Amino acid sequence: MGGTVSANHDRANLLEVRGLTKTFGTLTACDHIDLNIAKGEIHALLGENGAGKSTLVKMLFGSLEPNSGEIFWDGKPVKITSPGVAKKLGIGMVFQHFSLFEALTAAENIALSLNDGSPISTIAAKARALSFSYGLPLDPDSLVGDLSVGERQRIEIIRCLLQTPQLIILDEPTSVLTPQEADKLFETLERLRSEGKSILYISHRLEEVKRICDRATVLRHGKVVGHCNPREETAASLARMMVGSEVKAVVRAPAEGIETAPALLEIRGLSRKPATPFAIPLKNINLTVRAGEVIGIAGVAGNGQGEFFESVSGEVLQQDAGSVRIRGKDAGAISITGRRLMGAAFVPEERLGHGAAPRMKLSENLLLSRHATDGKAFVGSGGMVKNGSVYSAAQRIITAMDVRKSAPDPEAAALSGGNLQKFIVGRELDRKPSVMVVNQPTWGVDAGAAAHIRQALIELARSGSAVLVISQDLDELFELSDAIAVMHNGELSKPLPIAEATFEKIGLLMGGAEPGHAEHGMEVA
Amino acid sequence: MRIELVKRPQRSALFSMLSPFIAFALTIIAGAIMFALLGVNPLDAFNIYFIQPISEVWQLHELAIKAAPLILIAVGLSVCYKANIWNIGAEGQFIFGAIFGSIIPVLFPQFEGPFVIPLMLLLGMIGGALYASIPAFLKTRFSTNEILTSLMLVYVAQLFLDWLVRGPWRDPQGHGFPQTIQFGDWAVLPQLMPDDGRANWGFVFALVAAVAIWLMMSRMLKGFEVRVLGSSPRAGRFAGFGFNRMVFFTFLLSGALAGLAGISEVSGAIGQLQPVISPGYGFTAIIVAFLGRLNPLGIVAAGLVLALTYLGGEAVQTALGISDKVARVFQGMLLFFVLGCDTLIHYRIRLIGLALTNGAAKLEAAPKLEEAR
Repeated sequence: MGGTVSANHDRANLLEVRGLTKTFGTLTACDHIDLNIAKGEIHALLGENGAGKSTLVKMLFGSLEPNSGEIFWDGKPVKITSPGVAKKLGIGMVFQHFSLFEALTAAENIALSLNDGSPISTIAAKARALSFSYGLPLDPDSLVGDLSVGERQRIEIIRCLLQTPQLIILDEPTSVLTPQEADKLFETLERLRSEGKSILYISHRLEEVKRICDRATVLRHGKVVGHCNPREETAASLARMMVGSEVKAVVRAPAEGIETAPALLEIRGLSRKPATPFAIPLKNINLTVRAGEVIGIAGVAGNGQGEFFESVSGEVLQQDAGSVRIRGKDAGAISITGRRLMGAAFVPEERLGHGAAPRMKLSENLLLSRHATDGKAFVGSGGMVKNGSVYSAAQRIITAMDVRKSAPDPEAAALSGGNLQKFIVGRELDRKPSVMVVNQPTWGVDAGAAAHIRQALIELARSGSAVLVISQDLDELFELSDAIAVMHNGELSKPLPIAEATFEKIGLLMGGAEPGHAEHGMEVA
Repeated sequence: MRIELVKRPQRSALFSMLSPFIAFALTIIAGAIMFALLGVNPLDAFNIYFIQPISEVWQLHELAIKAAPLILIAVGLSVCYKANIWNIGAEGQFIFGAIFGSIIPVLFPQFEGPFVIPLMLLLGMIGGALYASIPAFLKTRFSTNEILTSLMLVYVAQLFLDWLVRGPWRDPQGHGFPQTIQFGDWAVLPQLMPDDGRANWGFVFALVAAVAIWLMMSRMLKGFEVRVLGSSPRAGRFAGFGFNRMVFFTFLLSGALAGLAGISEVSGAIGQLQPVISPGYGFTAIIVAFLGRLNPLGIVAAGLVLALTYLGGEAVQTALGISDKVARVFQGMLLFFVLGCDTLIHYRIRLIGLALTNGAAKLEAAPKLEEAR
């Protein structure tokens, strides 16, 4: 890796970071970080969740103040005290979570952040020209609420480009894109690089880093553990640098005799009207999950997955009782508690505030989803909670799932995302449910914990349960599923058996194409 | 220049516990300033206000009489507030409890016997619960704001009572005074220790209610349901707890307790219905609930403190000639400081200079909106 660094030495550094440190209380989020970004390079920042990537970027963009360390811009020392200062220097940022007003048009959203008093029509014209020249087609007059996630990201990128930055920071930009949309984005990035602009590219997707990045800086536990040329590394070696040890591969034994196994979860003609103006309506969804199999549902975020999950879980009831059937019985008019009693278990996408109450202890959060199914064990006569047995059951799950925590029974909010997710999944697995529906099982979870969760889900299926996994992470779905269906704009495609599924096929479906005539769908997007 | 509240990453457990005491101390300091401005020696005033009213046994009985309705109502309200449901109309539920409970002694004075009191108490609870069910229904059916509806219904209740005692329920032998007949002997809530003072069974009800609600909130599944729905409604829905059911449960429970307080007050301390039967117990109980940290056992202590502000107000009026509105001022300051302390436990204050505000504020505004959704 020394070779690559020297190869870049002849190019001037746009940004140099030396010994940048940020502590929160006793936690050192960034520990003496060194980072050089040359002019005209795409530089990857790699690391697991909690490695300090976000903290570092926030310091570069002026939203956090470092405790110590220096930043040089074009060779001169600078203090980036606010995002305004960063913008003036020429640093632009595209956040992972967009900050757009849905009720305003794209141009109005851009005008809000430019804040220079120029009329909307001028901004719209500029945005249109810029979007055209970078191959990011965008109608500045369209309402953000009507746009797909990929299109919204374009607004963010164009908003950033309008400020003619020298350095563009992109935080996990492809996590919301289909593979084809991601390809488009890569073209734009390469174009920007050829114009001499620098890009700091934050990701944990190793393949794409290998594909477009010139150099990579790897963070682990707040420290730089290495610089490298990602093109000379393998995905496995990059993963090893990120995690610090080998990640156990998930083993998926072939499923046998699925065709004749009983259907444990059946969705028949499920439709749902949008609950809010910007919600996605569900349109005639059909799906069968049989005992012993894992079905994956792919799709770009915001295509109705949340609405679908709520309908299957029973948080929202159906008009037609037969549209959701659990173990052969109509469940559409039955509440979430009733569906649990029929043998189903659910893990929602949001951990804090949906799957768990943040300010409650783990044992209380165990009671949250199991007060009815384990009523005899956990609740005594007169509605008194048997705290002792709830506590010991919580400890059993903590041990089984290897949940790392600082106190015997901490509040849910005190756990890291990955550990809390292990607890929430473990809470349901502990029941040995015959139907398990999981939304984003490993979102924001570190690689080790993710492998653990995925393996547990596969084993649950192989022991005779039906498992339905909704995920935006295609790698995950390919690892887990026996068949993958795609949700787009509230509609669900037929599941493709894993043997026939490829990234490309699934990606086209995610972009809204019908199988067969996929081409035109992508041209428009 | 702009003041911003920034959420603290960690609440201090110590200060959470100390907060009511700090609030009380601040109230005393502010009260001292107020007395000084009124031209009274603060030390004398405090002696008359806080010490003398509880220096004899019969005075303790008076304290219990004042504390009983405060505790009963506040215990019910604490369940509402824990569930993040805002019943501000306990005063109205108190009045309707009193009216319902008074049906027997006013309309059927010929009924006599040991069953009269239990029946009155039961009717009182039903009356309070029924009146509380109105804002609950409006909230669940039409998504109205329960703070507004429950508060406005207080004035409806007050005027309804006023009309009753001036109109259909007026004592015909009462020389035109706006009041009902005196309740018969069987309709009067017995006193606990008649030899020492006037305190009646209402105080016992208050203590029983406090212990029962404490048990429910800390040990029972129902209490867990209240806490989950109050702290994270979405997790509550995921748990299978219905929010609408919870709205009715909390309103009916707090209404019933306020109604019990109402009929206990009328049948115990007053002995008849009058145009005004409460010196604002239903509102003061809100302060009691928060001063007691929404913990039923804390509420018992807080109820005694607030009851003292009523007695002290009367005392300074007779001894120093200061308006008894001083009691309201003390209660207001106490609530203000309690809420202030609680806010500062969860947030710290950040001052932002003018120079930074323009750009930074705009930039921060958008992501916050995103977060809020």
